[in-house]
Amino acid sequence: MIDLDKWQEIFSTIRKNKLRTILTGFSVAWGIFMLIILLGSGYGLENGVSKEFAGDAVNYLSINAGVTSEAYRGMKPGRRIQLKVEDRELLHGLVNVDESAIRNVIRNVNTISYKNQYGSFQIFSVTPHYQDLEALIMMKGRMLNDNDERDIRKSVIIGRLVEEALFKNEESLEKYINLGGVLFKVVGVFDDPGSDRDLTRVYIPASTGNRVYGLANKIRTIALMLGNSNTEQSIETVEQVKKAVAEKYKFNPDDRRALFIFNSIENYQKFMSLFAGIRMFIWVIGIGTIISGIVGVSNIMTIVVKERTKEIGIRKALGATPWSIISLILQESVFITAFSGYLGLVSGVLLLEFISSVLPADTPYFSEPEVNIQVALGATLILIIAGVLAGYFPARRAASVHPVVALKDE
Amino acid sequence: MIKLKGITKSYTVGNNKLEVLKGIDLHIKDGEFVSIMGSSGSGKSTLLNILGILDEADSGEFFLDDKKIDSLTEYKAAKYRNEFLGFVFQSFNLISYKTALENVALPLYYKKVPRSERTKIAQKYLEKVGLSPWEDHLPSELSGGQKQRVAIARALVTHPKVILADEPTGALDSVTSHEVMKLFREINNEGITLIVITHEHDIAEMSDRIIHLKDGIIIDEPVNELISTSIKSNSL
Repeated sequence: MIDLDKWQEIFSTIRKNKLRTILTGFSVAWGIFMLIILLGSGYGLENGVSKEFAGDAVNYLSINAGVTSEAYRGMKPGRRIQLKVEDRELLHGLVNVDESAIRNVIRNVNTISYKNQYGSFQIFSVTPHYQDLEALIMMKGRMLNDNDERDIRKSVIIGRLVEEALFKNEESLEKYINLGGVLFKVVGVFDDPGSDRDLTRVYIPASTGNRVYGLANKIRTIALMLGNSNTEQSIETVEQVKKAVAEKYKFNPDDRRALFIFNSIENYQKFMSLFAGIRMFIWVIGIGTIISGIVGVSNIMTIVVKERTKEIGIRKALGATPWSIISLILQESVFITAFSGYLGLVSGVLLLEFISSVLPADTPYFSEPEVNIQVALGATLILIIAGVLAGYFPARRAASVHPVVALKDE
Repeated sequence: MIKLKGITKSYTVGNNKLEVLKGIDLHIKDGEFVSIMGSSGSGKSTLLNILGILDEADSGEFFLDDKKIDSLTEYKAAKYRNEFLGFVFQSFNLISYKTALENVALPLYYKKVPRSERTKIAQKYLEKVGLSPWEDHLPSELSGGQKQRVAIARALVTHPKVILADEPTGALDSVTSHEVMKLFREINNEGITLIVITHEHDIAEMSDRIIHLKDGIIIDEPVNELISTSIKSNSL
């Protein structure tokens, strides 16, 4: 800016050496491009997985019974374990447990209708706290509550996509929908930031589900909310659950097929540390790519200096000071790296934006790949420093070229 | 203008120390046109490099325009070269990707003359050497004589006190050589001190004084009264 003439000098050099400049620029642009793509994809992956998690709480245990695989206290393997409604009370008292909930899947009914609109949707019967676990967001109406549960009401909350399918543009609240021959009143419509699959569900009270669909007191899943427990605490609770259930139903607590416990805390922690690893991996690769770009620029600048030894000698004979030679080479190097790095940055971001725009919204485990502004600025800064480094050593060599030697160089 | 006292210079080639200049005493007056003659290896190029502050003497004293030139920083040396000296080389040493005009303007850039003024001054000097129509040509599009005239214009453009020419006619045919020397004489008539290195007698004889160098010492330096006065009167 200060020295317009120097820029004119630089531009005329660049113009006269197009191929060389393009090749130099390309190595830098490619490095930054790859870094942006890597970071963006990493972020997209992380975002996608976080989004999957966003649909659910990350502090619960989900307990399902299975079939025993070991003989225990005189009982044969292959026994099916069936959880009962009252088991929830049993597990509710365990350490670290804040809340507990029941979830059943109503298997024998899946057609839901309203007037002449039909659809096939999943019906879950749940106790109220289960709704917290799914992190449902009510768009209108209310959630299922303790009154629904206690009074065995025929209330139902429906997913956004269910409402769209059955009601089109009609108001759904307070309307009755038919769940396999039984009418339920719609009391709420929910949205869920997780996958769309969650939005094709309807929830009814657990007590009503058990009564209406003949499940007696059988239940499928017990969920335990563990508040702010950490991974160790959650594992402690898992052990207690195994012990308690195994005690009651008489199977080996270590029988891996008799009881399935999903520990979302542990699972979440695993994902988080996986991401920390991936993020570090990406940075290492990215920085490596940039370094190879810098080495490339430095190499080319060294050749440039060698090629221009004679010219530098002439310039020195005409009165060029060492600093004017250094700054000329340095400025050229910084300009090329900054400009082509910026090109790489922009094209990387554009590609990410493009991918983001053509990506189906419900692509599992990948969503909104992007780089944040700090990373982009950081990369730009690294580039400028890289340009200085890449140019400095060749430039210093150029400045120390003795004019006599340089002029002899044919 | 130029005073040398006991200048020595040696180079180390492998294990041998090669003494190139063995004590040069020389006095060149303001506005003089001298030539330095000698066979190859006589040390004439080394002497020119020292005079041009492109190289440093091992011992001895060197005064340029009454300023002692002694262990200068690179920056100072660059300043002096830019202010006092103009160079003309055998191989022209034009910058290949710059036009004739840009080549001539380059020393002014290092003198921090504003761009528009640079172009104006450079055009004036190109006109002086008769190359105005070629100002937008690259060196590769010019003949040898034209290239040397561009180089001379470039040497003149900063109003130097001294022009140093290293075999300026070495790559030119005899007709062009004489044209170049005539140009040098005109420049000299404007008061610029000229030092030409050559090994050609007829070229040397166009100068006021011929300094003969042999094996690193000056063997004689006859004043060429007849020729210089005749050329001077011719051109006047």
